[in-house]
Amino acid sequence: MLDDTDRRILRQYQAEPGAPVADLAARAGVTPSTWGRRLERMERAGVIEGLEAVIDWRALGYEITVSLRFTLDKTVPRAFEDFLEAARAIPEVLELQTFVGRVDVRLLLLARDMGHYQRLYREKILTLPHIVDIDALMHIAQIKNEDRLPL
Amino acid sequence: MIELDDIDRQILRALARDAGQSAGALGRDLGLSQPATWRRIRRLTDAGVIRGKRVRLNAERLGFGVTVFLGVKLARKGQVTLEDFERAMSAIPEVQTVEHVLGVYDFRLRVVARDLADFERVLRRRIMALPGAGEVEANVLLSEERRPGPLG
Repeated sequence: MLDDTDRRILRQYQAEPGAPVADLAARAGVTPSTWGRRLERMERAGVIEGLEAVIDWRALGYEITVSLRFTLDKTVPRAFEDFLEAARAIPEVLELQTFVGRVDVRLLLLARDMGHYQRLYREKILTLPHIVDIDALMHIAQIKNEDRLPL
Repeated sequence: MIELDDIDRQILRALARDAGQSAGALGRDLGLSQPATWRRIRRLTDAGVIRGKRVRLNAERLGFGVTVFLGVKLARKGQVTLEDFERAMSAIPEVQTVEHVLGVYDFRLRVVARDLADFERVLRRRIMALPGAGEVEANVLLSEERRPGPLG
């Protein structure tokens, strides 16, 4: 479905989506009109889902980021649905993922500081339904965060 | 630290969903003029709140059927420097994110692969072959949802 030109375009686009179209098209070796036409086609095909602003939560005072990893009680038929529904209601939850593996669900939680984290943990996290086990990974440093696909 | 009002928060929410829209279109939705919207976006960008833009691609349609979250422990601390290990992990194209964490693991990685066999190749030949790589825990992603976060 995609050819080499599409891949070249996607590589340049995901590397620097905010750059001027003329520059990006030149880097991909196509004309701006080809660039536009191909992007539009890939959007229609659902290959490109959208463009989003990246928010730096630290600049908004959220100093703490934690991966909370849960094992749920799978003997309860609606354990996942109930858990996810309740987790969605916590504004500080930024991501929810479900897995096959030792971990059933991961939540990415933001907090302003350790005191705030402790309050959230006790009042909002520990009260989520059907939890069997939790562990927490406190994020210290982001080494690579590109969210790019190796095209 | 920058103070936000309700309109700033609405702008952030809207741009996190769709950063391709013009200040004019966004302003119309919020009842603001184009210049007023533009000034607010500019202020949020200057304050570092808006760090940039990211393209959301459909991994599956591009042939990446498998995403795995990996927990990695350093085998023997001190033998390999953290910087070397971090550099080596970051250089693997299939590794999308590397995070230094405190907890049962030292690093968490997000890895994409064409399928499980491809993932196994990346895991064995690239990640576990790194000097310093110790115990690894792999969880295969089933579903993922991103939320707007604490924006009012």
